Amino acid sequence: MAAPETSTAAVPTLMTNNSLRNAFGGVLSFFILLLIGVLAFSIRLFSVIKYESVIHEFDPYFNYRVTQFLTKKGIYDFWNWFDDRTWYPLGRVIGGTVYPGLTLTAGTIWWFLNSLNIPLSVETVCVFTAPIFSAFASWATYLLTKEVKGAGAGLTAAALLAMVPSYISRSVAGSYDNEAVAIFALIFTFYLYIKTLNTGSLFYATLNSIAYFYMVCSWGGYTFIINLIPMHVLLCIVTGRYSSRLYIAYAPLVVLGTLLAALVPVVGFNAVMTSEHFASFLVFIVIHVVAFVYYIKGILSPKMFKVAVTLVVSVGLCKLICGPLYSDISACITSGIALSQAFDVFTRSIKYQLPGVSSTNELDAGETSSATAEAQNDAVKTEKTEETSKDRPSRKSKKKEKEQVEKPSTKAKAEKKRLLALPLEASVIALLLLIMLGAFYVVHCVWAAAEAYSAPSIVLTSHSHDGLHVFDDFREAYGWLRHNTDVDDKVASWWDYGYQTTAMANRTVIVDNNTWNNTHIATVGTAMSSPEKAAWEIFHSLDVKYVLVVFGGLVGYPSDDINKFLWMVRIGGGVFPHIKEPDYLRDGQYRIDSQATSTMLNCLMYKLSYYRFVETDGKGFDRVRRTEIGKKYFKLTHFEEVFTTHHWMVRIYKLKLPKNRIRGKTKKSKSKTSSKRSGITKKNPWH
Amino acid sequence: MGKLWVIFVALISILLPFLCNSFSPETPTDRRVLVLLDDFAIKSSHSLYFNSLKSRGFELDFKLADDPNIALQRYGQYLYDALILFCPSVERFGGSVDLAGILSFVDSGHDLIIAADANASDLIREVATECGVDFDEDPSAMVIDHTSYAVSETEGDHTLIAGDGFIKSDVILGSKKINAPVLFKGIGHSLNPANNLVLKVLSASPAAYSANPKSKLSTPPSLTGSAISLVSVVQARNNARILITGSISMFSNRFFRSGVQKAGSPTKHEKSGNEQFSTEISKWVFHERGHLKAVNVKHHKVGETEEPALYRINDDLEYSVEIYEWSGTSWEPYVADDVQVQFYMMSPYVLKTLSNNKKGLYSTSFKVPDVYGVFQFKVEYQKLGYTSLSLSKQIPVRPYRHNEYERFIPAAYPYYGAAFSMMAGFFIFSFVHLYSK
Repeated sequence: MAAPETSTAAVPTLMTNNSLRNAFGGVLSFFILLLIGVLAFSIRLFSVIKYESVIHEFDPYFNYRVTQFLTKKGIYDFWNWFDDRTWYPLGRVIGGTVYPGLTLTAGTIWWFLNSLNIPLSVETVCVFTAPIFSAFASWATYLLTKEVKGAGAGLTAAALLAMVPSYISRSVAGSYDNEAVAIFALIFTFYLYIKTLNTGSLFYATLNSIAYFYMVCSWGGYTFIINLIPMHVLLCIVTGRYSSRLYIAYAPLVVLGTLLAALVPVVGFNAVMTSEHFASFLVFIVIHVVAFVYYIKGILSPKMFKVAVTLVVSVGLCKLICGPLYSDISACITSGIALSQAFDVFTRSIKYQLPGVSSTNELDAGETSSATAEAQNDAVKTEKTEETSKDRPSRKSKKKEKEQVEKPSTKAKAEKKRLLALPLEASVIALLLLIMLGAFYVVHCVWAAAEAYSAPSIVLTSHSHDGLHVFDDFREAYGWLRHNTDVDDKVASWWDYGYQTTAMANRTVIVDNNTWNNTHIATVGTAMSSPEKAAWEIFHSLDVKYVLVVFGGLVGYPSDDINKFLWMVRIGGGVFPHIKEPDYLRDGQYRIDSQATSTMLNCLMYKLSYYRFVETDGKGFDRVRRTEIGKKYFKLTHFEEVFTTHHWMVRIYKLKLPKNRIRGKTKKSKSKTSSKRSGITKKNPWH
Repeated sequence: MGKLWVIFVALISILLPFLCNSFSPETPTDRRVLVLLDDFAIKSSHSLYFNSLKSRGFELDFKLADDPNIALQRYGQYLYDALILFCPSVERFGGSVDLAGILSFVDSGHDLIIAADANASDLIREVATECGVDFDEDPSAMVIDHTSYAVSETEGDHTLIAGDGFIKSDVILGSKKINAPVLFKGIGHSLNPANNLVLKVLSASPAAYSANPKSKLSTPPSLTGSAISLVSVVQARNNARILITGSISMFSNRFFRSGVQKAGSPTKHEKSGNEQFSTEISKWVFHERGHLKAVNVKHHKVGETEEPALYRINDDLEYSVEIYEWSGTSWEPYVADDVQVQFYMMSPYVLKTLSNNKKGLYSTSFKVPDVYGVFQFKVEYQKLGYTSLSLSKQIPVRPYRHNEYERFIPAAYPYYGAAFSMMAGFFIFSFVHLYSK
């Protein structure tokens, strides 16, 4: 895809008189781009090599499940999918609440490969979607930067983007989330915008709208585009750089883009009804007013134009300020003239202050020089650079410098005059420093990709003195649920584990990571914060059969439910006021040791987390909280433990059925039977 | 609560065969009964009662309560369908039978008759307590009633009671009214009012109290008035039925044959009500009466017969269920006008009374509410004396598909017109503007 564009685009920017050299440069950039693509793809494979080809984290599991549904049932069923296995019993309309871009992309790739008789599983396709689109994103960056500055800058930017750590963190293999394709769509949309701006071609403007549509499909972050481009357009207008090309670049994008965006079910009428889109419409009006003014300016002589402006402004002011009073009209006209003069001076002063514009500030409507375009491009470029490398603009701008210095140095003979501005030694040292900086950057990126961002978070590892430990408890637990429970059983857990439970265990959940119903989440939070019997009743009313808790106290896994518990209390208490946070805190401190409050020690979350925990080491020492737990020996009356994973990280409990019989009153202890019966008497919940 | 009960309650017929090899879902009546006695003398002194059971087809297996060879189950299979404990004084069962064994016997759906007596053993009291019945804790106490005692030749201590405080339920006591009072001599018990599984079948009169008849009453008796229950039945959540009485002699031949005259009443009955009462209530306990089953739950859209996997909001649907009652020999259609179905999602959105065709088929039709979610068809039928029916069937309700909305809305025609005229106008304008030079 990149090859022809590269070779043709390389021609005008480099030396003009050496076609062989251009051809060579074109081929070289093609292969460099290819390598950048390979780099972008392969630097993201650490997670597959170090762990396995597996979907990561939480949201990707949902996307994976949706993709599975799409590949099985087709696009119309996907569009109309009402999912009855989440948010029980409310269900969730998935087709209308999900950005379909990622799913459709992966589904299309899967379908395409399968129609070529390459039988990859949906999971494999999902895992590798993000790395593939990272390569596309680097190529899009090349196109964007080339459009702004030139092929060399483009290659550098592409190489940088291919390994910028923040992007890697969202797009390692297995990180199957919206950003995986959205970053590519974002950059490509900006490229097409610049391309339209530079060429004034309606063809590119249409392509731009389509790219924008893909972005809207992919990610809620499309509002970046629909706000940044209007800002740029507004800036261009304010600084007097209005041109017909700006109009062509912007107006079709707003009209077609908004129409297309409204086609995406999750956006729908939001495209014209929510505030994040208003800026684009405002600028759309402004650009039309400006276009009209420039048009009038073009057909009138300058003097007549001034008169017209004065007239319009004063009449407008008259209507605005004086309104119904119809007071002194001459005063209005005077102030109108003054205002229009002031505006004129203001725009002129801005023009003078901008470099590269001063020479062309006299030009009239519709006629902007190449210098203006260049300046525009500069402005756009800096904007884009910052946009694409949000995390490390400084490093990137340094790279730009390096590239700028490097390029002339290779062509030293041709441009000696400009180079000689720096002494040779200084430039050599600067070059070396920049190369070192670049090398360290690469090392850093590879390290970040390998160590920091490749953990799938469903499989954990730890290194200790006796080697590598792998904690695969989550999949163990989900596998247990899948194989040992009825297909329609409902599993309650805190919402973090909802997506994984539906995707991996294929069981109905009460709440999941799509936190659309706060009351429902608060209900689960309340149940977790309540004593056993109240919790049992809440869960039973929701037809829950199993309760899943994540417990890290045995192996020191810090993001477990006990650490999240205060949020359950807060969210639960936000809706059900009988849950009060201070009841769970001792003097404002959150603790689970012997100083903990009795509410804390009797709530369901504490009991389910620490049930039988003392049997592990005899003391009940929690390695996350680094303390011995407060209540060590207790029995569960309404729940029974059915499964605990190898490292106790996931514990699954089953709700006991209500007792078959209701006991009579407990009698006075009888010497003969009391010892035998005491256990039964205390355990019986149905008295 | 209801949903989890489907397995246990409504479809008891599915569960039981796995626990018991002769108790078939099609014939819920018990067949093999183990009778544990204190003394084989009871076998003959209560022979009328046992014979009435035998004549109804029960196989009675008489054993002494402390017989070392008794066992309720072998190789995980229960050997009996019901248990009669006519052994009020047993301190310890023989063989492998114990308190927990009896309770798990009940919890797996089998029936139980307990007859206690004055000086009943702790073990028997324990079994009763576990079933929700508290006998008077004083071991020597008996129920005394100075107003509705049975008149006899000797004045006595008024512990022989003529009870007529029957529960008003044809299902439990049969449709034929019991005219004569029931003779009762034994201990009383109380029930926890919060316990909705246990029913007072024969309650004492308001003047009754429970005390030791031989000693002088020094402190107020703990059990008084109609809070005292003489005979109670329990229907556990799995529909196992239990009969508990504080008098073993009420089943005896002597009481069966005896005439009765209630104190203060002019009528003297030739024959006490004991025989009728005991027979009728044993029919209930052994599932010859009041046992319902619900089968063939069906639902479909109006005009269709296939059961859909899910409904759409505002669909019209029909729901039907067949309910039969076991008559002791066959399943008869159950006829009632109070069976209701709920269309339920956290709360009932639709609550309809089912109409029946007198042949056991209950049906109704209604419109799915304009709310999507995972609903349930719920039938929670709990009627006094009958086994509880608790059916629930999950069914998702989806919103409209994208192409199920109206394509053109009449009210919007002005807007359609505006849009299209605008487009046409703009086209003409552009054409004129571009080519009119």
